[in-house]
Amino acid sequence: MIRRRWGQVLGMLRGLSVTFRVLFRPPVTTTYPDEKTRVEERFKGRHWLTRYADGLERCIGCELCVIVCPSQAIFVQAAENTPEHQVSRGERYAADFQINMLRCIFCGFCEEACPTGAIVLGHDYELAGYTRASMIYTKPMLTEPYPGAGGRDPHREV
Amino acid sequence: MTGLLVEALIKSIVLLLVLLTATAYLTLLERRLLGKFQLRFGPNRAGPLGLLQPLADGLKLLFKESFVPAQVDPIIYWLAPSISMVTALFVYAVIPFGPSIQLFGRTIPLVLADVNVGILVVLATSSIGVYGIILGGWSASNKFSLLGSLRSSAQLISYELTLGLGVIAVVLLAGSLSMVQIVEAQRDLWFVFRFPYGTVAFMLFLIAGVAETNRAPFDLPEAEQELVAGYQTEYGGFKFAMFYIGEYMSVITISALATTLFLGGWYGPPVIGRWLPGIVWVILKIFAGVFWFVWLRATFPRVRHDQLMTLGWKVLLPVGLVNVLLAAVVLALRSR
Repeated sequence: MIRRRWGQVLGMLRGLSVTFRVLFRPPVTTTYPDEKTRVEERFKGRHWLTRYADGLERCIGCELCVIVCPSQAIFVQAAENTPEHQVSRGERYAADFQINMLRCIFCGFCEEACPTGAIVLGHDYELAGYTRASMIYTKPMLTEPYPGAGGRDPHREV
Repeated sequence: MTGLLVEALIKSIVLLLVLLTATAYLTLLERRLLGKFQLRFGPNRAGPLGLLQPLADGLKLLFKESFVPAQVDPIIYWLAPSISMVTALFVYAVIPFGPSIQLFGRTIPLVLADVNVGILVVLATSSIGVYGIILGGWSASNKFSLLGSLRSSAQLISYELTLGLGVIAVVLLAGSLSMVQIVEAQRDLWFVFRFPYGTVAFMLFLIAGVAETNRAPFDLPEAEQELVAGYQTEYGGFKFAMFYIGEYMSVITISALATTLFLGGWYGPPVIGRWLPGIVWVILKIFAGVFWFVWLRATFPRVRHDQLMTLGWKVLLPVGLVNVLLAAVVLALRSR
């Protein structure tokens, strides 16, 4: 019995030595707002409406993303392209495109459904706002500012 | 006479300020150290290194609504945290922090009151401090609080014995109950190194001290997983802060007692002892004691209640009794 108890005491001392050694290691914490971790390439964050290299929008206003969206967060208003006002390559383009970021569950179905690869989920994840209205992203907010800004290669066809 | 009164007053004020600040910063030290032990940072946002965190916590608790649950016994409900804090502070009246110093042509002992039964005062006061916890749990009319305080009373009664036995060994070695005399008796050799009585008594004191302060791994009275927070569940705002101050101050108390009784008080180690003034040694030793408390908390899981009782009554108490008996017999034979 004495030997067993002695073993227990040794075990406790060993435990103390383990914690003492750990004391001098640097913390594993990421100090989040100051430093950010790298997100994976396939991370699904805020959406972008991408463009081709020539600046034409990929979105053809087919509304497949609206149909597939499980939380019905997307609204698309399509309009006809005219020779004077050519916005996308197809016959139609999205005159208005809104995503309600409060409803979106970032499942990525819209990205899968899109026949032209227009909508992609980017790497931004700090999506907070002070009002509900500010969380409905409109077309100017969603369209990438220059081809390739959203992360999709602008030379890719789809 | 007036001079003595003024001196005592000034010393009390300085002691109070230093102690309350130390207690506040002990919470920060503990949280930072626990963070280091767990490979994280701990609070580091409020001020440089989180140094303003205790201030922020204190202000927050101070300005909280003073909420009293409906079915409490109001007098006892208010009394309990006060007892807890006042007794924790009171102990420091007899703990010496250094040898006498010369200031303005007066000899000033660095102890508020060198009572000739100092150690008894400490034990008696810490026993009264238990009432704070028990009454706090009882007055709140909450089953978890009551369970916590019942556990606490069982635990404190069991471990007060062991603590007392450890202290008795020291009293036998020093031949005095006065804290100053006990330190003076360790001028040549600290009582920890008086093998075997002193060493065994020191280990008993360390273990029982952790149990006395309700700290992990003996923190059964507050066991947050089973009892929410035990006796302090129904307390908020500054009343909670008083419990907290009481708990953390008793951590410093046990460290200060261990310093005084076993680690030579203001006497440093043999060779390098003269390099630093006595009060610095006292503070260093108290700090080491506090580190021990945090280290234990970072290492061991909470024991079960039956394990706690088994350890107290079947292991520590017999060991303590045999230790005291041996010390008494040997010392009596030697003095013959």
